[in-house]
Amino acid sequence: MGRQQGFAIRVEGVEQDFGAFPALRDVTLDIQPGELVALLGPSGSGKTTLLRVIAGLNAPDRGHVYFDGEDATNLPVQDRRVGFVFQNYALFKHMTVADNIAYGLKVRPRRSRPSRSAIAARANELLRFVQLEGLGGRYPAQLSGGQRQRVALARALAIEPRVLLLDEPFGALDARVRKDLRRWLREVHKETGLTTVFVTHDQDEAMELADRVVVLNEGRIEQIGTPAQLYDQPASPFVISFVGEAVALPVTVAAGHVKFGDRELHIDTHGLRSGPARVFFRPADIAVSASGAGEIEGRVESLRRTPAGVRATIAIDGYDQTLEIDSPLENAAALGDRVPLSLAKARIFPTEESAYVDAGEGI
Amino acid sequence: MSESIAAGVPAARRRARVRPVTQDSPFARYALIATAIAFLSLFLLAPLAVVFYEAGTKGAAAFFEAFQDPDARAAIRLTLLIAAIAVPANLAFGLAAAWSIAKFSFPGKSLLITLIDLPFSVSPVVAGLVYVLLFGSQGLLGGWLTAHGVQIIFAVPGIVLATIFVTFPFVARELIPLMQEQGSVEEEAALTLGASGFKTFLTVTLPNIKWGLLYGVLLCNARAMGEFGAVSVVSGHIRGLTNTIPLQVEILYNEYNNVAAFALSVLLASLALVTLGIKTFLEWRHADALAARGRRH
Repeated sequence: MGRQQGFAIRVEGVEQDFGAFPALRDVTLDIQPGELVALLGPSGSGKTTLLRVIAGLNAPDRGHVYFDGEDATNLPVQDRRVGFVFQNYALFKHMTVADNIAYGLKVRPRRSRPSRSAIAARANELLRFVQLEGLGGRYPAQLSGGQRQRVALARALAIEPRVLLLDEPFGALDARVRKDLRRWLREVHKETGLTTVFVTHDQDEAMELADRVVVLNEGRIEQIGTPAQLYDQPASPFVISFVGEAVALPVTVAAGHVKFGDRELHIDTHGLRSGPARVFFRPADIAVSASGAGEIEGRVESLRRTPAGVRATIAIDGYDQTLEIDSPLENAAALGDRVPLSLAKARIFPTEESAYVDAGEGI
Repeated sequence: MSESIAAGVPAARRRARVRPVTQDSPFARYALIATAIAFLSLFLLAPLAVVFYEAGTKGAAAFFEAFQDPDARAAIRLTLLIAAIAVPANLAFGLAAAWSIAKFSFPGKSLLITLIDLPFSVSPVVAGLVYVLLFGSQGLLGGWLTAHGVQIIFAVPGIVLATIFVTFPFVARELIPLMQEQGSVEEEAALTLGASGFKTFLTVTLPNIKWGLLYGVLLCNARAMGEFGAVSVVSGHIRGLTNTIPLQVEILYNEYNNVAAFALSVLLASLALVTLGIKTFLEWRHADALAARGRRH
């Protein structure tokens, strides 16, 4: 392959095996300059491996990695100029915060190394940027998790990287600090304008932060899209169940009709062949039907308060299956009530993995 | 009211008798401590005291005269020379072995770990014999070596080889668990920041292992200077030429020259004590350095 113009990072047909276990399978991905991209997937999906391949910490068995159109597949990690923030920060324990941040400048060969005072000035500037002014003399063990995260980021930024890669940047932090740091990372991204890729297993994090999300499963890319695209047009059963909550019901498709047991669900089956299938819908897309006649009926098994209303778990009549619905406080059902339900929006996928056909939306 | 008091008494008594599950009875505790101390005194402290006592029986003059003997001086010089060669060799080997075992996975890794422990399980005498069979004049390579005028057995090279053999687990054994525990993520961080492999080693790896490394070197040195069995087989016991301190001690003792034998023994024992002292200091320093990271500023 020749030069690939226009992309900050291009990953092309990358495969990597760990022994007999394929960690990445034919992964192709383009990232625009300045984009903030999330690699999202469960553990073992290959997301961290992909990040390490981009950084040059792993050499792929097959495929190529391009930076700004140039083939970087065989470029050693030292020469890639990637800012990498490790999952547990990997700060140098025996160095002060300032020395950690300055490390990338200090180890440069003499020709390109800035002067001592220039390095110190840059370290100070970065300390200010990550709001840790005055803590330059501390050791990593004396910092909180959130502060260490900032030091790791400052250290990565010190080398003026062309891309910023973060592995589970908020994984080890408690929920509050996570929220703050998320917002802050957004700001850092805006301010630096750096092409940024981060790995996460937390779909909220991916959806909140990223311009585009790459959903990985078992070493393959399931879907690449904006958060809206992933929510509204999930490409596979995996995506719809991993991104946001979803309930799946087994159905049969026959002659354009979707049957859930002996009941018919009003879902467009255009392009779908007959046979077993699964219907997916989100708790917000199902409601107690106003008319009193629902597509599915069930009994309220438990109720739980949510910030906005009530979430009811409903046992479906005649099936050993429950589903959850959200309803506003005013007209929440009571425990034990029989409720008729109707679907506002659902997606249907054939049961055989090989035959994904995008079905339309229901009524 | 009276009922609750009555109920309270046995409960309090029970509580007094219940110990945390990890704590033994006072009797067991004292018995164990006493056993350990008695054992140490009998087998370690008493012999050590005897060494110092015997060396001093004829007074300070006799003690110091033992070190004036040219053969004794030669033995000391040789011992220092052997240690000066064997310790750096095993330092290099130990670092390389620990590095490859801790940071890479490769076929034969578990075999390598087993092999590193081999000198611990093989009798040093056997180790010496192997070298004699290999390099001795009747040995496998003996003919070729003699033809080229190289003498290994009954000469310094043989002693160096035997010493390296018996001391080579020390540094590696000390470093492997340390490096395995630390993993390679700090090194990876250094590499992404543009540091070369060698700079990464100097600025990241070495500072993280320096105390363990020093400790390993100390143990290695103590053993290199004190080794008897393997060295005895390959040395040939030529006075003033191939006798190390331990061999010289044996000769002097066999000649009923007790004061001189124990004087040299004091030298070796002092080396052990100094090693112990430095080791304790290092452990204390190490703990302090670790704690200081949480304390300073």
